[in-house]
Amino acid sequence: MKKSTLILIKVLVWIACLYPQATLMYGALTNNLGPDPTKTITFTTGSTALNLLVISLGITPLRKLWSKLSWLIKFRRLLGLFAFFYASVHLMAYVGLYSSFDPNTMVQDILKRKFITVGVLAWLLLVPLAVTSTTGMIKRLGGKNWNRLHKLVYLSVSLGIVHYWWQVKQGVLAPLPMTLILTALFVARPLLDWWKARKTARLQAAKA
Amino acid sequence: MLIRKPDALYGTNIPSSEITPKDKWLNRRSLLTGAAAAGALALGADRLADVLSPTRTALAAGKLTTVKSQLSTTGEELTQLQDVTSYNNFYEFGTDKADPGHNAGILPTRPWSVKISGLVKAPKVLDIDSLLKLKPLEERVYRFRCVEGWSMVIPWVGYSLSELIKVCDPLPSAKFVQFTSYFDRKVEKWTSESNIAWPYSEGLRMDEAMNPLTLLTLGLYGDVLPGQNGAPVRVIVPWKYGFKSAKSIVGIKFVDKMPATTWNDLAANEYGFYSNVNPNVDHPRWSQKSERRIGQPFYAQRHPTLMFNGYGDQVASLYNGMDLKKFY
Repeated sequence: MKKSTLILIKVLVWIACLYPQATLMYGALTNNLGPDPTKTITFTTGSTALNLLVISLGITPLRKLWSKLSWLIKFRRLLGLFAFFYASVHLMAYVGLYSSFDPNTMVQDILKRKFITVGVLAWLLLVPLAVTSTTGMIKRLGGKNWNRLHKLVYLSVSLGIVHYWWQVKQGVLAPLPMTLILTALFVARPLLDWWKARKTARLQAAKA
Repeated sequence: MLIRKPDALYGTNIPSSEITPKDKWLNRRSLLTGAAAAGALALGADRLADVLSPTRTALAAGKLTTVKSQLSTTGEELTQLQDVTSYNNFYEFGTDKADPGHNAGILPTRPWSVKISGLVKAPKVLDIDSLLKLKPLEERVYRFRCVEGWSMVIPWVGYSLSELIKVCDPLPSAKFVQFTSYFDRKVEKWTSESNIAWPYSEGLRMDEAMNPLTLLTLGLYGDVLPGQNGAPVRVIVPWKYGFKSAKSIVGIKFVDKMPATTWNDLAANEYGFYSNVNPNVDHPRWSQKSERRIGQPFYAQRHPTLMFNGYGDQVASLYNGMDLKKFY
């Protein structure tokens, strides 16, 4: 890929990632966040965090499927960090707009309300991943350890989806599409590995 | 709380619909529509654009003549019409808050009839015009508190449900009233978005239904009800969570046993039959101590929730001797 193309895509990805936050900030400044601004803020940040995590998890299967797309890896860290950013704003929105910065309310909520418990847990799991996202940290940990650590993202995103399901009213199926996509991505990895292994085995058999 | 001098809003017999120019209710957020559309690079913000530019739902041209009511709530800032009509739970027309505003316009509200049945001297069918003419229409401002934790202040139009019940002549054996909402899968194409056994059903104890606060509602902001708000006729039970106030009613049945109700059937631990607004009884998944007032800026949205939504003086006696933690 040409360097200029890559730069162009990078700029577009940055704009796309910043867009939800920019809309929220513009809306907040102009008092234009819809009928329920608090909910607009929490829903937008929460769903953007989940969307970005799911997209970042799609990169490896896509690369395995089409080797032409291997350049996508250059965007995984960016997407992951933006997901962490939105998850953090989401958490701050809860702290400020739902618990009104009251530590007692927060503790009660985390202990008593399981959708909040898993939500906080999902965010906590993202912290070590964000901290170890720098090139220096990857080197210091070593690729193998780093990979092992970053498997936590599967747990985190799963908890995020559970958090979504437990938050909506019983009978509401809004989290379903995202759940199906994530399930497909979970299944895609071993399936693609198996398919690749078979292909290599066949090639080797043909050679011999 | 934003306290406005009651006189400033309700000093005379002028309905509030004539105080705020209609353009103002409708146009507040139209400016941003262009901006939201311009940034089509939505990443999880697809819903945001929806919220920012709700379809303007034309109200049926049916100005209603109303009289002032002593039972109207004073001292609260009214929620703007645009918010009242673009932020709705009406799952027959979609589960997103903006969906009913987009979709419920197709509700065939005329002709419309309400079937009165069950334990009454003479079952009958009433059409919407006879309901509109049965009693003088009053404007009643009520706080409206949703079980999800948000609230509005809405100038409804109607009269006490008790007036209709008197006409229905229920037998002494009638202990509960059951409301059935309109249901037609051909019209309400969104019912499969949720796992609900339609039609929507709600109910009240007879004394709750007879309480003068319980409003047979035929309009809001001086006009007939828009589809998304439960056209053409619904009940409003202001001291209970919003889902108790059944929309688009086609059946009123008097029964001797507590009727099955939709949300109670779905999750009895979350939605009790009574579902009185009560800051001391949490929803299993969130606190009910406070609420978000719709239409206010995010930093000023949170208000404390009042016992019986602030209508305790009129309704607390209905529950004397009842443990409201048990009968939530």
